[in-house]
Amino acid sequence: MSATTLSLLLILAGGLFVTGFFGLLARRAILFQLISLELMLAGPALAFLAGGAFHGSQQGQGMFVLIVILAAAEVALGLALYLALGRVADVEDSDTITRLRH
Amino acid sequence: MSQFVALWCAAVALACAILAVTRPAIVHALIWLVAALLSLAACFFALGASFAGAVQVLIYAGAIVAVFVFVVMTVDASPEALARERARLAEGWKRPAAAVAMVAMPLALGLASGAAQPVAGPEQSLGALLFGPWALAVEAASGLLLAALMGARHLGRRRRDG
Repeated sequence: MSATTLSLLLILAGGLFVTGFFGLLARRAILFQLISLELMLAGPALAFLAGGAFHGSQQGQGMFVLIVILAAAEVALGLALYLALGRVADVEDSDTITRLRH
Repeated sequence: MSQFVALWCAAVALACAILAVTRPAIVHALIWLVAALLSLAACFFALGASFAGAVQVLIYAGAIVAVFVFVVMTVDASPEALARERARLAEGWKRPAAAVAMVAMPLALGLASGAAQPVAGPEQSLGALLFGPWALAVEAASGLLLAALMGARHLGRRRRDG
């Protein structure tokens, strides 16, 4: 692949990260913020894979595997926290959690 | 030519991601998230990283989004939702159709006919990397995943008394 393709792919990866960051800041519902976090992780995954393909190395895919494991752990904990907060304190958006005890 | 397919699919993924963070309904955002992740998987295949593409489809778009769907099922369910959903679909089918056409366009044009170049050697070298020099990182990641799942199980249990 050419260097132009690599830089375009890196721009798109940055766009994915920035989109997720915007969603994380702009949305208030916790589920939307978790979706935005997924998109924020997808951006660096694309960047690692594009770099690995450009340099002809498998280490990009190795980093992608680690990113997927991180995303799975984050979603499991985040959704469990969301369910627990909804059950205990009837919390649905992150503005109402100003302190983590009630 | 597979570079063009990779760029195209990444651009579609970005468009779907922008839609995912701007839709007001949670289910719509989730569907757009699936669309973004699947077109990103197509981008990975076009880049020659077929293992990453398969993992993206199986774990990201399969398992992680399935967990999201399970949680969304606890959020709302109403009996007249079906009729409302039909009315919504009648007015809002154009954007999903456009996204499907954008994903399918490189395939329909036959641009993806050439096989993607493998990144570096066969997939065995990825396994040799992960279980050779990177074994410590993989062990740390598995410990993180185990701790997260145990934490989720701890948070999700039902308390007997308040």
